[in-house]
Amino acid sequence: MLYAILCYHREDVVGSWTKEEDDAVMAKLAVVHEKLAREGRLGPVARLLPTTAATTLRKDSDPPLVIDGPFAETKEQLLGFYLVEGETLEQMLDTARELGRANPGGSYEIRPVGLYHPAAAPGA
Amino acid sequence: MTGADMAWVNTALTAARPQAMGALLRYFRDLDTAEEAFQEASLRALKAWPRNGPPRDPAAWLIFVGRNAALDGVRRLARQQALPEEDVLVGEGGDGDAEATLADRLDDADYRDDILRLLFICCPPDLPATQQIAVALRIVSGLSVAEIARAFLVGESAMEQRITRAKARITRSGVAFETPGAPERAQRLGAVAAMLYLLFNEGYSAGGDTVERRAPLAHEAIRLARLLLRLFPSEPEIMGLLALMLLQQSRAAARFDANGNAVLLEDQDRGRWNGPMIAEGLALIDKAMRHGRPTPYLVQAAISALHARASTAAATDWTQIDLLYATLEHIQPSPVVTLNRSVATAKVRGPAAALAMIEPLADRLSGYFHFFGAKGAYLSQLGRAAEAKAAFDRAIALAHTPAEAAHIRQHLDRLQRDAPQRDAPSPT
Repeated sequence: MLYAILCYHREDVVGSWTKEEDDAVMAKLAVVHEKLAREGRLGPVARLLPTTAATTLRKDSDPPLVIDGPFAETKEQLLGFYLVEGETLEQMLDTARELGRANPGGSYEIRPVGLYHPAAAPGA
Repeated sequence: MTGADMAWVNTALTAARPQAMGALLRYFRDLDTAEEAFQEASLRALKAWPRNGPPRDPAAWLIFVGRNAALDGVRRLARQQALPEEDVLVGEGGDGDAEATLADRLDDADYRDDILRLLFICCPPDLPATQQIAVALRIVSGLSVAEIARAFLVGESAMEQRITRAKARITRSGVAFETPGAPERAQRLGAVAAMLYLLFNEGYSAGGDTVERRAPLAHEAIRLARLLLRLFPSEPEIMGLLALMLLQQSRAAARFDANGNAVLLEDQDRGRWNGPMIAEGLALIDKAMRHGRPTPYLVQAAISALHARASTAAATDWTQIDLLYATLEHIQPSPVVTLNRSVATAKVRGPAAALAMIEPLADRLSGYFHFFGAKGAYLSQLGRAAEAKAAFDRAIALAHTPAEAAHIRQHLDRLQRDAPQRDAPSPT
């Protein structure tokens, strides 16, 4: 089964990291990424730009409404997601725990992927 | 406490500070009391958080503990019963019911006006710009007086005095605590945006050996602008401001050579520009454009974006830049804007047109380094070497930083190198 790991964290905290702190977290995550890649389980990985760069299209009205900012006003923001192969939820939880040790705080949402399109962008 | 604990607690305190300070200021209606309350809450957080883990809502924790600590102090003075310590309040695990209830009680809707108020009180119009920035770094960002003094290249006691005077001025001018209406809110946002851009420029304009000490000011301005835009997600002025700062900052790594000398935009290694910052800036411009109100920040950001989009200096769309500067001259007329426009005009219509554009500015920009730098460059391109040298000499006399002076000396060197050739009749 293919799973998405959705990365939630407090954007004000992540945005307050110094470049050194940010680099350090990314380096620790890269170790986990490399392991998953060796196992052939790692799909595309994305880190998203801050939510302030987001625009939301609300489709519950006709015509759809364009709104500045991210979808939900919550304490934590969606800062990225993983697509990772896993046989069971337990295995995915282990993977999430492993990532969490490299980057504590916030949460990961684990959700099976119903529809998957391989990355089609050039160079991906 | 380990170094790692210290690091995450400090990051959490920095992130929560504007919100917590803003709420404490509203509660106590007194800046000094609010600062003392936040300070006390931070000290307790340094003890409690590594033990209990981070609270679910750090700002709410700091507001509650800070408020109680300050009231506790008052009660102790009055020899009354002290309130329970925060350990009782929070309980083990830091995620107890007391805190959850507390988080619910604090109204999210108040926060954005709290934070805006906190930023706004730092910029009364009669307070000099450098003092606005210094006091904002102290109150909103929580930098120590020593850190601020270092960034401003002054002694600690001088900075202490400056901040104390600025805070006294803020207290005298009074703080409006009622929830602002739409016009007041817009006015506050405008004043805060101007202050943040000044703060950004304190960091961005640093050159030579001050880069390391001052660059964090630019990052802090960007952080606070992102915070503002999260609170006011539909404000095109803040989108434009943030885009402008990001697009300028994206070039930070390419702006100085190994010796600390400024590298002109056209000579910069574009591979060293920060791609994600450019992407974020471009996205913000697109968002702001939809609002159809070209604010000065947005137009400047759009100009910066045309540089960012050009893969080489030669590919720069100077015609479009010239047009955008014409728009800027219209919505925010100033001699400096016209001077900046002349750079684009020189590319599109030649140095003679550019020189004609800036000559009427001579009186108003008689003490402005960049005026004489640009004038010297156009004269030099027109082959008027003696006049160019006079302009460059004047620029060096007006330079604020060694990097600025060094840059003009390069022009002078080139002028001298080219001089013998200029003696011969030019084929053009």
